[in-house]
Amino acid sequence: MSNAHSNKATGPIPDNAATKTADYFDERLGIYGAAKKNLRKVFPDHWSFMLGEVALYSFIIILLTGVWLTLFFKPSMTEVVYDGSYVPLQGIHMSEAYASTLDISFDIRGGLAIRQIHHWAALIFVSSLFVHMFRIFFTGAFRKPREMNWLFGFLLLVLAMVNGFTGYSLPDDLLSGTGLRIAEGVVLAIPLVGTYLQFFLFGGEFPGTDIVPRLFTIHVLLVPAIMVGLLTVHLILVFYHKHTQFPGAGRTEKNVVGLPLLPVYTAKAGGFFFIVFGITAALGGLVQINPIWSYGPYHPGQITAGSQPDWYIGFLEGSLRIMPNWETNLWGHTISWNVLIPSLVVPGVMFTFIAAYPWLEAWVTGDKREHHLLDRPRNVPVRTGLGAAWIAMYLVLWIGGGNDIIATHFHLSINSITWTMRVLFFVAPVLAFVVARRIAMALQRRDKDKVLHGRETGIIKKLPHGEFIEVHEPLDAERLHFLTSHEQPTPAALPPAVDENGVARKLKPGEKLRVRLSRWYFDEKVEKPTAEEYKEITSGHGHH
Amino acid sequence: MKKLSARRRHPLAALVVLLFALAATGGLYAAFAPAKPAQAEGAATALSDIEEGKKLYLSGCSSCHGLNGQGSSDGPSLVGVGAAAVDFQVMTGRMPMQQQGPQAPRKPVVFTQEQSDQLGAFIASLGAGPAVPREEDYALEEGNNAMIAEGGELFRTNCSQCHNFAGEGGALPDGKFAPSLVDVDPKHIYEAMLTGPQNMPSFPDTIMPPEQKKAIVTYITGVTKDEPNPGGLGLGRLGPVSEGLFVWIFGLGFLIAAAIWIAARTPKARTK
Repeated sequence: MSNAHSNKATGPIPDNAATKTADYFDERLGIYGAAKKNLRKVFPDHWSFMLGEVALYSFIIILLTGVWLTLFFKPSMTEVVYDGSYVPLQGIHMSEAYASTLDISFDIRGGLAIRQIHHWAALIFVSSLFVHMFRIFFTGAFRKPREMNWLFGFLLLVLAMVNGFTGYSLPDDLLSGTGLRIAEGVVLAIPLVGTYLQFFLFGGEFPGTDIVPRLFTIHVLLVPAIMVGLLTVHLILVFYHKHTQFPGAGRTEKNVVGLPLLPVYTAKAGGFFFIVFGITAALGGLVQINPIWSYGPYHPGQITAGSQPDWYIGFLEGSLRIMPNWETNLWGHTISWNVLIPSLVVPGVMFTFIAAYPWLEAWVTGDKREHHLLDRPRNVPVRTGLGAAWIAMYLVLWIGGGNDIIATHFHLSINSITWTMRVLFFVAPVLAFVVARRIAMALQRRDKDKVLHGRETGIIKKLPHGEFIEVHEPLDAERLHFLTSHEQPTPAALPPAVDENGVARKLKPGEKLRVRLSRWYFDEKVEKPTAEEYKEITSGHGHH
Repeated sequence: MKKLSARRRHPLAALVVLLFALAATGGLYAAFAPAKPAQAEGAATALSDIEEGKKLYLSGCSSCHGLNGQGSSDGPSLVGVGAAAVDFQVMTGRMPMQQQGPQAPRKPVVFTQEQSDQLGAFIASLGAGPAVPREEDYALEEGNNAMIAEGGELFRTNCSQCHNFAGEGGALPDGKFAPSLVDVDPKHIYEAMLTGPQNMPSFPDTIMPPEQKKAIVTYITGVTKDEPNPGGLGLGRLGPVSEGLFVWIFGLGFLIAAAIWIAARTPKARTK
């Protein structure tokens, strides 16, 4: 271990095998230059910056377990008679895909554990993508120069959902088939081309014999390959842009305060990988997921109560479930609004909004500067409110997707749940917006109060004349900076209606709307305390 | 007493008092609450089952089903439902109903088996209907794997759309529901298929031969009781909804806790 000393710049470089090996690779790959540049890369420390890591690690777990599963899974819809060790299905006709999944679960050593780890990791992957995106959204980390990376991340989310759905459909059990049947309905509901598309996808009438092999190729090759590519670009861009950081003493738009990649961050990230793997493996070993043997093989004439997709498709299920049954019949063709709106229009609008948000906000605020310091969610109340509204809408749809389970477990009427969700779909986002925005403002007020009057210590003091007061302790300079360093932009205003020559000014199209939105964003604010205010209050009067 | 008084400010004192209070309340309730509704037993062995059944009917059922079982606005006619329907409704506690509602739920049984049989005899005398199945109709054939597999196929075709893949039950419109089949007596499952209680369609022998009913009963009992259910904690066997909740609460919960823990343990960057 003598080369431990060689890290110090002053020590002599020892002439041993390790150095020689390193030299060998440097001469061919130039690793010294790359290492010098990247191993000293600094990452700021905050727990919420590790949510993306959860996604990355669970993706790696999915790839590893997925490769193992392909060794035993047979993507074929050829009918076979099951003769494996699961008694209740012996002698039943089923597809080879389902039979091989049963074999993985019952007759291949460790198969069920790997299958369950794969599935749990997939659920964790998508949920961690969501919380990662929440962090980026609420702290404004998507602003220039990171808009493109936001878009890549968004595409990863959509692809993860697509791939999750294809994976869910592969075992050809009763739930998979039911999910595919719904997907088929959605495709059919597309006006004009729906029928053609459906025949193209399924190679004929549903279910046919083509869909599982096709989905298999999509699931293990096409989408994962695109995702690995996007992920690489995503991570390269994180390196290239450098990581964002929360405001604080010594932190500016031009630096990054944190720990170097080697050794601290590597150790932390590496350790975290094993924690993620450990938790996922514990779930896979201890908690049952997707017991396909209970569902039985898919048969178009069968269905089970409580047929639901995995959680991340649940909002689509809910959207379909709460939609009123509207259809229009035009010249012998039916337009199924009851499927078209909830499964294509609603998610289309919701997800386009997420994808486009960085550009929308930049347009409204007119802010073209780079941002490397994060916003605290309370300091941008409208954005925080919009995020809360989106989540509320998503939650309503999600809950709607579980309306039957809620009905049976809370002894409610499924109809009243559906109607409640129909109303909440419109009301909840508005409420969430207002409430989140008010909370953000209130927190700003509290910050202001803290800056001017200090921290409440909880110490009650009795003055000589009998009055009780609570002792407030002034904040230290670092904290004061943290609470007051945010910007408070002024809303855009329309220029005077006539220019200096008295000629009516021509406005850019959309400018009026932009100004109005900008007012909505920035008009109502809690003015942060100025230095003068602070001095005046802290110099003389003492406590309040 | 002094010892007790000295500990009265112990942090756990409130808990102990609470426990004592709960035990006292529970004990008093157990002592004074009516143990079981009074039952007229064995008094009238000389009377025939039908007459005895009629008496029970008049006191327990007629307010809703009418004095002659003809039905009323509060309950359906019982003419022709048969003894099997009576046995199912009464011996699963669904009847007599506690209150009007979307559906009569399973609850503690009020009548004895003998009384239920007498009621059944009376109802059967009003009009012909399915009789209570004999034991060999629904007796489980353990080890008959072909029958279990056939039962599974029949279950998935006829039952799981309402009762869920594992017999956990499911929702129906307007607060009605398909009840859970877990821990239901095979006889009652058989009777339910035979008579179609409440919202369930009936599967008389002309539609579903007794052999198939027996296969279904064997499958349900096997799946809900005997079948090994590998993979760990079943999460209520409700499908992806409970899995999704679990992953958000425990999966993500643990992972975020781990992230906070790792981020909190950090060598502080020197500021000076």
